[in-house]
Amino acid sequence: MEPFKILKGKTVPLDRVNIDTDQIIPKQFLKRIERTGFGEFLFNDWRFNNDGSLKKDFILNKDIYRSSSILLTGDNFGSGSSREHAAWALYDYGFRSILAPSFADIFYNNCFQNGLLPIILPKEKIIDLIDESINNDGLELTIDLESQVIFNINLEINIKFDIDPYRKYCMLNGLDNIGLTLQHIDKIEKFEKLKN
Amino acid sequence: MVNNNPKTLLDKIWESHVVYEEESQPSILYVDLHLIHEVTTPQAFEGLRLAGRKVRRPDLTVATADHNTPTWDRAKPITDPISKQQLTTLSENCKEFGITLYDMNHPLQGIVHVIGPEQGYTRPGMVIVCGDSHTSTHGAFGSLAFGIGTSEVEHVLATQTLRQFKPKSMEIRVDGSLGFGVTAKDVILGIIGKIGVAGATGYAVEYTGEVIRSLSMESRMTICNMSIEAGGRAGMVAPDKTTFQYIEGRTNAPKGEEFDKSIEKWSSLNTDVGAEYDKLVCVSGDDIEPYVTWGTNPGMVVPVTEVIPDPEFFDNLQEKESAARALKYMGLKSGTPISEIAIDRVFIGSCTNSRIEDLEAAALIIQGRRVNANVSAMVVPGSYAVKKEAENLGIDKIFKDAGFDWREAGCSMCLGMNPDILDPGERCASTSNRNFEGRQGKGGRTHLVSPQMAAAAAIAGHFVDVRDW
Ligand code: SF4
Repeated sequence: MEPFKILKGKTVPLDRVNIDTDQIIPKQFLKRIERTGFGEFLFNDWRFNNDGSLKKDFILNKDIYRSSSILLTGDNFGSGSSREHAAWALYDYGFRSILAPSFADIFYNNCFQNGLLPIILPKEKIIDLIDESINNDGLELTIDLESQVIFNINLEINIKFDIDPYRKYCMLNGLDNIGLTLQHIDKIEKFEKLKN
Repeated sequence: MVNNNPKTLLDKIWESHVVYEEESQPSILYVDLHLIHEVTTPQAFEGLRLAGRKVRRPDLTVATADHNTPTWDRAKPITDPISKQQLTTLSENCKEFGITLYDMNHPLQGIVHVIGPEQGYTRPGMVIVCGDSHTSTHGAFGSLAFGIGTSEVEHVLATQTLRQFKPKSMEIRVDGSLGFGVTAKDVILGIIGKIGVAGATGYAVEYTGEVIRSLSMESRMTICNMSIEAGGRAGMVAPDKTTFQYIEGRTNAPKGEEFDKSIEKWSSLNTDVGAEYDKLVCVSGDDIEPYVTWGTNPGMVVPVTEVIPDPEFFDNLQEKESAARALKYMGLKSGTPISEIAIDRVFIGSCTNSRIEDLEAAALIIQGRRVNANVSAMVVPGSYAVKKEAENLGIDKIFKDAGFDWREAGCSMCLGMNPDILDPGERCASTSNRNFEGRQGKGGRTHLVSPQMAAAAAIAGHFVDVRDW
């Protein structure tokens, strides 16, 4: 996993609530057996017409947002199916962070396993950021994970965010959870012995 | 004796599975049963191989092929090459790592959440995980069961543990009794309608109360299954006699003296008097009616006696907009009575409602009648064992005589990864758990209902109140 330290990127506002993982990556694309290559199918049914052409009015398709790496969105993002393909697709497409008032549990977890930083901000903050993004054709933001702040160049935007310290540590160092857990293999073995 | 340290069911299971804990870190939790299927595991096995790791406990891992399996003639080759590749990959991985597999041609194959309990793998007090959000189903046995992502699947394969923060606990108490024609599906749809699709996010839900106690294991599974549709991490019901009776004699369940000892242990798995949940929700069973969803998430639901709501009456702008968008997608107008909505398809199946009790209930409704000429209806039993039992009882004949397709077991049109899908614009009364846009096929319109309501709609050609049937 790539370490996540500082991200400089542009926002794209996707102002909807309850976006489920069936929308993020529809099931017909779950059949690949690799982790990569899902980006082209991200939000497939919203992004493409039946003939495969782009839907012009879908926000991700607007030229100004093509290179966005920060997704701004509504409550309960990533609900529904546990498919990690949703996190893979967002990452593969180019997103590195998602800002929302709330996330669904499994999706939230999946993001951290893949170097995609989900940040929970108060609803009013998200609404402001979405409004400003719309008015300015996207905002150029810096997300500094170490100091837990999101800011723009003239510091008109300067938002602190919370994150669990363990998850932060793993993200900053790009650490593989399995390796960390295997350091405790003796405890696992002991537990198994007691259990029997 | 006064219990000075009363605990919830969640506390008890959690504490007995903590392998290691450190301040402000997720606990390392031991996993008793790891269920796997073809869609969410190929990348996990790949990861293991790349890191040169083994599956730590193949004996605690059980695999099924269910999501992609065709429900028609299985002697024919699978037409979709990528589906086929996923199924083959699962078989190869199970072979390489020594994991028991219920593949497409296994006589006991079925949906992972149907066969786990049916084969006696699912038992009280266990921690059960699977790369599938509806793993919450297994909580009906008083286990802590939840869905995980593929990276976590890999973590469990390699270590037989998971790193988890303890969820908060929520009690949903359903007191009173259910009226005639009201089912477990209506209970959970009613709850989701009340607390919303994120109402239980961050919580493990324990269902309690007279209604829950009176329900069969099948019905409890239906309720726990859809906990995730309210955002819940897990759903659970404390085990009781109903639970023990269900487990007794199942293939992989303890036998004889060992079974008796198990019951003793399982009997302590309940929430102590005085233990506190982080949140309490009360529902009266008497207020629950047969429900029908009208929108594109399971929280968009009304009783069958009502009309399609007006987005204008929703609380805030976002909700108004989502309701309006949902109605547009569903091709519905506010004010239309639910009973006037005509349907094209009926799907009875999925890990929510494909067990023998569900099929029996639906068969009672359709007995001696014919599916409406404008409707195409199918039944997909949750497993081969369910299918066989139904056939022994003659239920298949009732369905077939009425004009239903009687299919092979699997997930089928619950998510349409196999050829069973809705065409764009088609409207379906479905006993599954998700009515998301495109879930059952691009442009398809899904209304979630109980098996009885689906069966009645198949005959009438539109939704009807089963209480008037
Ligand atoms: S039946 Fe549907 S919800 Fe259940 S496991 Fe299969 S696809 Fe998932």
